[in-house]
Amino acid sequence: MSVELLRQIAVYALTGAGLVFFLAGTLGVVRFPDTFSRLHALTKADNLGLGFLTLGLAVNAERWADVAKLALIWALVLLAAGTVAQLVARSALVRGER
Amino acid sequence: MAVFDLLLCALILLVAVAAIVGKGLFRAVVFFVIYGVLLSLAWVRLDAPDVALAEVAIGAGLTGVLLLGAVGRLARSDADEPAEPIDWPVAVAASVVAALLVGAAIKITPGTGLEPEVRAVLTRTGVENPVTAILMNLRAWDTLLESMVLITAVIGLWPLAQGGDWMEPAGPAHHAQPGGVLSGFGRLLPPVALLVGVYLLWAGASQPGGAFQGGTVLAAAGVLCVMAGVVRAPGMAAPAWRLALVAGPAVFAAFGVAGLAWGGFLTFPEAWAKGAILTIEMALTLSIAVVLALLVLGPPQAGEAR
Repeated sequence: MSVELLRQIAVYALTGAGLVFFLAGTLGVVRFPDTFSRLHALTKADNLGLGFLTLGLAVNAERWADVAKLALIWALVLLAAGTVAQLVARSALVRGER
Repeated sequence: MAVFDLLLCALILLVAVAAIVGKGLFRAVVFFVIYGVLLSLAWVRLDAPDVALAEVAIGAGLTGVLLLGAVGRLARSDADEPAEPIDWPVAVAASVVAALLVGAAIKITPGTGLEPEVRAVLTRTGVENPVTAILMNLRAWDTLLESMVLITAVIGLWPLAQGGDWMEPAGPAHHAQPGGVLSGFGRLLPPVALLVGVYLLWAGASQPGGAFQGGTVLAAAGVLCVMAGVVRAPGMAAPAWRLALVAGPAVFAAFGVAGLAWGGFLTFPEAWAKGAILTIEMALTLSIAVVLALLVLGPPQAGEAR
């Protein structure tokens, strides 16, 4: 098996895994009953789905600088998603949701 | 990729319809933001990353935030959400305009447009990115006027300030918990955003980017700082901030007038073009960041929050 083939397999497997998490997260947002469990589904999709997607893209990246940029994007989205989830959850708590 | 493009077009149309006919203002705004993000994907597919950046930052991000703020204010002023039936004259007029636009778009023959002309003079414009060359040199007039329009938007906010609030910080009072998640995020992100904003400005000379994109990122960082309680919002009309507000258009116009010595308003001589454009863009980035941040923060509402 050539290195190129292995690389392509890795790209498809990783981005595929990312898409599965996004799909699961979306289903959770649509189907889960209350704000908190919906948030749980949403942040899982962001963390793991985007993580696998960026990993897959990083395998295909041509320069290390591109890998660093992808990692930065993932880290920033992670931070933003976590912060927003906390804020949404708090405002839901304040409004009396359980 | 043709399947992807068709799917994208169908999604854009669906989301646009959902934004117009859906129930509730909040839902409409959410669909509008999704519409902007999808539209920027379409621009990427059309090989126009500059437009995509502007669309996602300003069309979806900034306009979305402004609309969300408006929805919030409407909810507080307990105005009823309009549940009007379809306004038929408006619907017909909009449909006719849309049909004419579609007709015009179909008639466009695929070609290179003005690209050969721009490429031919690109080396004399002082920048390598053809989009920046058009915005800052070949059609500098339009950009100068655009930057002035932004100032009038902020001045349009001023009358909304209640009398006693005039000298108060812009926007509503923010109450982030000290040591909470938001105040931590508000300390962590701005340094990164500062770097990204300045990078976008610098990259504009040779790659997609520029004053508008960089300014939007800086404005977002500023608003986040205010919301997280890291800094106090500036007074809406404080002298230093007014100076920052007009710096971009003022520097731009000054260079324009200096161009008279070389044969015309806004004419940049080849040797000085790069320096001139970079200086103007730096001042413009500052002004755009201040304009957008003040627009998002809104008029001072010190009295209302208490």
